[in-house]
Amino acid sequence: MSASGIPVIRIRNTLLSAIQGDLSDQVAEAFQQHLLTRIEATGASGVLLDISALEIVDTYVARVLVDTAKMARLMGARTVLVGMRPEVAATLINMGNGLDGLETALNVDDGLDHLGTLRSG
Amino acid sequence: MGVLASYSIEIASEDGVVRVRNQVREVALRAGFDAFAVAAISTAASELTRNAWVHGGGGAARVEEVEEAGRRGVRVDFRDAGPGIQDVERALRGGFSTRRSLGLGLSGTRRLVDEFSIDSTVGVGTHIVIAKWARLGARA
Repeated sequence: MSASGIPVIRIRNTLLSAIQGDLSDQVAEAFQQHLLTRIEATGASGVLLDISALEIVDTYVARVLVDTAKMARLMGARTVLVGMRPEVAATLINMGNGLDGLETALNVDDGLDHLGTLRSG
Repeated sequence: MGVLASYSIEIASEDGVVRVRNQVREVALRAGFDAFAVAAISTAASELTRNAWVHGGGGAARVEEVEEAGRRGVRVDFRDAGPGIQDVERALRGGFSTRRSLGLGLSGTRRLVDEFSIDSTVGVGTHIVIAKWARLGARA
C-alpha cells in the first residue's frame, strides 16, 4: 500500500494493481511513484493494471494510465491494461481517444498470457 | 422543457470534479439511461468540470434532471469566471493535447452528448451547457 491507497501486489515477475476510486492528481502521482519504486524493488518485468472497477475514464485518467505505462516501459517493464468496461471503451473511442500505445487484454488471466508473449517477443 | 430536479455544485477544488460527476451519474440513472449513456454524460461532465477548475480557476455547475416530450434527460450547466477561450471555433475543432495546460478536449466532449452550447468571453469567463436524453422506450 502506498500514499495513493492503491495496492500493488507481486505475482512472480509481474506486478498487479487494481485501480479503484477516484484518481485525483495527488493519488495519481503517488500511485505512479509507488508502482515505479515497486518495479525497481522487485525487478518485475511486467505490470497489469486492472481497471475493471473504473466506471469512468476521462481524458485525465486516460493520460495517467498511458503515462504510467510509459514510465514503466522506460524502466524496462511492460504494462498491460486489463478489464476495461464496455461503456468505458465506447466512451473513449467516441471522444477520439484510443489510449494509443497501451497494450490491453480482456482480464487478468489474458493479461498474464499477453505479458508472457511480450517478454518472449 | 420541464426541470424535475436541480442540484448546484461549487467547483472550488479538484473534489468538485468527483462531486459533479457523481451527481450527474445519479441523475442519469434515475432518468433511465443505459450504462453507455451514463458513462458518456458522466465523462463529459468530468471533462468540463475539470476544465472549469484547471483553466477557469473554478466556478459552478448545475445538474438538472429534465423532461421534454415524454423523454427524460440530463442537462448540466457549467460557469467559470476564468480567462475565457480566445478562439472557440478552434477549440471545438481541436483534437487532443497531451498536456493539461493546452487543449480543452471540447471536441471529444461534444461528441458524447446530444446538445452542446458554449459562450465564452475573454476576460469574463466561459459558460457551457450540455444535455443528453434517454433513448425513447428506455425505463424512465
